[in-house]
Amino acid sequence: MRFSDQFEQRFTEMLTHYPTKRSVLVPTLLYAQDEVGFLSEEVIAEIASRLDLTELDVRNVISYYSMLTTKPRGKFNVQVCRNISCLLRGADELIEHCEKKLGIGHKGTTPDGLFSFEHVECIGACSWAPAVQVNYDFHENLTTETMDRVLDEYRKKVQ
Amino acid sequence: MADAPKLVNITVDGKPVAAPAGTLLIEACKTVGIEVPSFCYYPNLSLQGACRMCLVRVEKMPKLQTACTTGITEGMVVVTDSDEIRQARKSMVEMLLGNHPLDCPVCDAGGECELQDMTFSYGAAESKFIELKQHRDEQQWSPVVYFDRPRCILCYRCVRVCGEGMDVWALGVDNRGAVSTIVPNKQDHLECEECGMCIDICPVGALTSGAYRYKTRPWEMKHVGTTCTHCADGCKTTLGVRRSDTGMEIVRGDNRDKSGINGDFLCIKGRYAFDFANNEDRLTQPLIRKGGRLVPATWEEAFEFVGRRFKEVLDREGGRAIGVIGSTRTTNEENYLLQKFARVALGTNNIDHHRTADFPAFAAALHGKSGATASMRDVYNASAILLIGNDPTEEHPLLAWQIRNNVRLHNARLYVVNSRPIKLRRQAASFTQVTSETDFTEFLGGDESLASFATREGWNAVRDKLRAEQGLVIIFGSEIFGEDIQALARFAASVPGAKLLCLGDYANSRGAADMGLYPDLLPGYFPVSGAGKFHQEWKITPAAPGMNIGQMFEATKTGQLKALYVIGANPVGRLNVNPSTLKNTFVVVQDMFLTETAALADVVLPAANAYEKAGTFTNTCGDIQILKKAGEVTTAKPDFEMIVRIADAIGFDVRKLVPFGHGVHADMGQSRGAQSGEADQHAVWLEANGLEPKMSPFDPVATLDEIQRLVPGYDVSRTELLAGNDQHTSIAAMGPGTVQNPELIVPAKNNLFSSGTLGRYSRTLNSVIENKDPEPADAVPTD
Amino acid sequence: MATLVSHPDEVRIVSKRFGQGATKIDRYLELDGYKAVRKALGMQPDAIINEVKNSGLRGRGGAGFNTGLKWSFVPKQSVKPKYILCNGDESEPGTCKDRLIFEEDPHSVIEGVIIAGLAVGASSGYIYIRGEYRYLLEIMQKAIADAYAKGFLGKNIFGSGRDFEVYWHGGAGAYEVGEESALMESLEGKRGVPRIRPPFPAVVGLWGGPTVINNAETLASVPPIILAGAEWFANLGTPKNGGTRLFCLSGHVNKPGVYELPMGYNLKKMIYEVGGGIPNGRKLKAVVPGGSSCPLLTAEEIDLPMDFDTLMKAGSMLGSGGVVMVDDSTCMVKFALRIMKFYQHESCGWCIPCREGTDWLDKTLTRFHSGGGIRKDIDNIQYLSENMLGRTFCPLGDAAALPTISIVKKFRKEFEDHLEGRPCPFEKKGTVEQLPVFA
Repeated sequence: MRFSDQFEQRFTEMLTHYPTKRSVLVPTLLYAQDEVGFLSEEVIAEIASRLDLTELDVRNVISYYSMLTTKPRGKFNVQVCRNISCLLRGADELIEHCEKKLGIGHKGTTPDGLFSFEHVECIGACSWAPAVQVNYDFHENLTTETMDRVLDEYRKKVQ
Repeated sequence: MADAPKLVNITVDGKPVAAPAGTLLIEACKTVGIEVPSFCYYPNLSLQGACRMCLVRVEKMPKLQTACTTGITEGMVVVTDSDEIRQARKSMVEMLLGNHPLDCPVCDAGGECELQDMTFSYGAAESKFIELKQHRDEQQWSPVVYFDRPRCILCYRCVRVCGEGMDVWALGVDNRGAVSTIVPNKQDHLECEECGMCIDICPVGALTSGAYRYKTRPWEMKHVGTTCTHCADGCKTTLGVRRSDTGMEIVRGDNRDKSGINGDFLCIKGRYAFDFANNEDRLTQPLIRKGGRLVPATWEEAFEFVGRRFKEVLDREGGRAIGVIGSTRTTNEENYLLQKFARVALGTNNIDHHRTADFPAFAAALHGKSGATASMRDVYNASAILLIGNDPTEEHPLLAWQIRNNVRLHNARLYVVNSRPIKLRRQAASFTQVTSETDFTEFLGGDESLASFATREGWNAVRDKLRAEQGLVIIFGSEIFGEDIQALARFAASVPGAKLLCLGDYANSRGAADMGLYPDLLPGYFPVSGAGKFHQEWKITPAAPGMNIGQMFEATKTGQLKALYVIGANPVGRLNVNPSTLKNTFVVVQDMFLTETAALADVVLPAANAYEKAGTFTNTCGDIQILKKAGEVTTAKPDFEMIVRIADAIGFDVRKLVPFGHGVHADMGQSRGAQSGEADQHAVWLEANGLEPKMSPFDPVATLDEIQRLVPGYDVSRTELLAGNDQHTSIAAMGPGTVQNPELIVPAKNNLFSSGTLGRYSRTLNSVIENKDPEPADAVPTD
Repeated sequence: MATLVSHPDEVRIVSKRFGQGATKIDRYLELDGYKAVRKALGMQPDAIINEVKNSGLRGRGGAGFNTGLKWSFVPKQSVKPKYILCNGDESEPGTCKDRLIFEEDPHSVIEGVIIAGLAVGASSGYIYIRGEYRYLLEIMQKAIADAYAKGFLGKNIFGSGRDFEVYWHGGAGAYEVGEESALMESLEGKRGVPRIRPPFPAVVGLWGGPTVINNAETLASVPPIILAGAEWFANLGTPKNGGTRLFCLSGHVNKPGVYELPMGYNLKKMIYEVGGGIPNGRKLKAVVPGGSSCPLLTAEEIDLPMDFDTLMKAGSMLGSGGVVMVDDSTCMVKFALRIMKFYQHESCGWCIPCREGTDWLDKTLTRFHSGGGIRKDIDNIQYLSENMLGRTFCPLGDAAALPTISIVKKFRKEFEDHLEGRPCPFEKKGTVEQLPVFA
């Protein structure tokens, strides 16, 4: 299957960084997921064959890492941190607010496929809590009002 | 030889222990009888440290240490049992039981479950857990493998034995934390060799066998250790039997005590394909052809009829008008008895069998060269192995296991020479793909003209490396025969300590050859013209070679052969004999099933199989092992008994056939009720009690006596043999052998899932074959 | 992007280039960048190791092992290549300091990696950055490329005749991978399950070669030590606790942020002066002194210097620098539950006590917090935690057990207040996650 030129270039380069092929597996899976949206059967088969691994082996690795998914999700994945520092600064309210606003629960996806939502563990924004990651972007020191603005911005991006 | 490893002294629970440097603490403890509990530790598999049951206190260490990952060091002081340690183990069991379904009353493993045992030893009577358990439905992964996820304790034994032991890598671990789970390679099912090693090694009832699950409780079975009847490798197998309407039914196969040449190993056939014995198509009574149809008859009628017809032919035309075809799945005693019956009672050398390897040429090549054959154990311990031809992964699963694990655990060097890219090349230090295995063999034997210019350099390099090996085992398949075996033996002689191993295909192919099922060779590969000791003992030994199997069917066509006695063989089905050639021949067949040959017979006698009788088998390496009676079908008789009964019916003095009860009044079995199998059962009892009065003409031990007396190389320790231990016979001590017509060698071409006639009647093997994905299995990790 | 803070008590060593555009290599060079590595190129490997050893620099990931000593365990001769592995898989709840280093001063980490390589005789290094920090990975990729372009990496670095390669590597979400042997597994493309030790990574590490694994902050602390000397660094802190460290203040505190303070800085002062005290006129109830794995301190226990040894003596740990303030509006059962949910989620599942223990504790605490608790649960929570402690395959089990034990011990009354069907006294709406119970 075809990935973007950038993917291919990076993949080829990464292979030269390590003494074993499979060492590129974890970052490669994440980059592939970024392009396809999730790790489909086709992606798994492709990466397994490129790295001389069994599909079983690749699946075992995928299922270990919480950022990797074999199921499609929304264009924007809203990840609200619920760990201690965020908890103490209102993560529960933020979660409740997002769920109401998006109309979906943990690991849900909006019917228009725009947003998915999940609670996540510590994302390393403790001193700027409460914090949310939408895909890879950090949004920090949030209130329910600023959260609304964040969601609106993403909504605008596709219009 | 390397120096003996240095001994390290430690103290365990106050006892001094000395063990070689590098020994794991858990193993060192075993040497003084201290069993440290564990789930995940398993000898010869990679270390895990996962179950934490083997925690012990090591002096000067702040935390409890896992005995399974700790190497011993000089002066180490260890405590393996204390309140602290018992508490640690107790809590591990408690935590496991938290999510364990505790459905022990219906679990297959109930009664032989390591978690139950561990709970009994360390567990708490009080349950602290009141949360809801995670239930998951049971999954069927293949016709023979079921997975019950909540029962799994994640010891990873299955994953390791499948990958490291079998080189199949069909099991893995998905997810993490409490939802971690063992998964099969095809998401919802397995695509593998179906060996069942994962089930066998599972300490609990998480992996269960489709062939056995919910059939019985373990304590309702009796366990009989015997030898597998499928391929020629001779695995020891423990059959679990239970009383049934018709005798004893075999319900399970495993290698319960891990003893024998195969240790942990059994393949799909050894583990599940005992079920041919319970097949509903099995013959249950003698059949006699009347008015063109085979109709049921009594045993007495059948024996009388066969005896009368054989006698008529003998009286009219002599033994040369009768042919005898033996079996590769009957015991050594039966084979010996059969050829003796042919030669002594019928007075003919018209005897042969389905040959799958050129053992006579092997005998010829190694005549007088003692110590030049490799046992199955040697394959596991050799420092180097040369494998020419064959595909052991498919055709010799135990041999493949021995090779793989020797490479993995002992760093043996494997040289593979094959015309196909066989799977064992993955373990090979060198893989030489050839167009013909014989060319390479002849090259090794000194004929360099066979290496083309392009390949000469590569072949030379392999040969040079082989010559530098100490303790090389050379294994060759049926691609190599006749003079080429001589060539290989010549090469072996130039490599110090090299041993040879000739691969035949069926469970007792080697035994059939060793026992003289040849028209020109007596037991032990002595030519019929030089009967020597045999003549002294038997008095009658026809000196002219008889007809081989091909000549016999030519002779039935021409009418030269008037009668044919076929035991446990199916030449019509397996060797493409034209059925019309048997039109005018009186054919007697002893078999379990109405095979293509049996269907043409005039008399068919239902036979017991190898799991239903006592005796010995010789595997392809020449390792002789005992068979013990496990199953019983009262409607069949062992071939041994039937041969004797037919001899008796001809009017032959059976005392001249079976040297039983010297000077003692004979008991023909009747005094014990004359039930079929009774005498054989009696033989088992005698063996079990170390007694050999040889009171019965159906006593195979009496014949074993004669074999051990007359066949050189078979004079192995009777004690070891009866104790269930393999004994390597010496082909060097046997007769000079001959070079045979290679056309008579017809490889069985069985793969992992087929086993000749037996396979055809195994429901398990057939269900696995039907379920196979057409696409090939996955690639394998490279590092 | 994380916001920067400052306080007069700060001693800026690792953070000295924060906010100054040092991601650009030229700016980094202006700010004394790559001077230390030039100096180190002229030093004997043993001299580098001794300098770091004597500086009292201790692992900033949390374990607090003397860095120089760790380097000295690497065998001088090795058949297999040696490696430096920078642990940038920052995931300990309460900790967000490596993130700032990567964001503000990526070259300092690269420089630290090279110096570590010179010290132990390695010629390549990997910088592993957690998957969620994608923008930092991109910053690091650029920094590495710039260093190659300048000839600071690759063949003949700084014209010294020595070669050194540095590669970036991204994770994909797993706390456990922060454990050093699991980090190696992950880098090798496998599930992040820790390895059996011994052998230790210094002897058998990445792809079987001797490997030094250091936290990003630890490595970023190395160049200043090489430039200004061991004694200078050691004197910044307390005995055996050299230098400064990045403390991440979070939770119920007026001025949360990452502050670089000398080792041994008083915790009370840190909370009330640096952090500006507890917001909304609330009272401090508890402090997590070094990330969620550390036993909690009560408000009465905070008058102590923040160094590894003092915290150990106080029954806790200095950990990874994540200081989380908890005020008196907080339900400690819920806090314990939140911590346990995290470890339950992050347990790799390899060993029984961690896999089953965290799951059982999570279920029990969930039920307990929702009002379904019975008296023996309190002892059972304690019992399970104590039976995980010290018996798991890796320290994750301890990390789950330690805070739990401390919370039950120090806030037992709050547990008792949840008994007999009473809803959480701190919960506003009383709607909390609930699991079915067969009690």
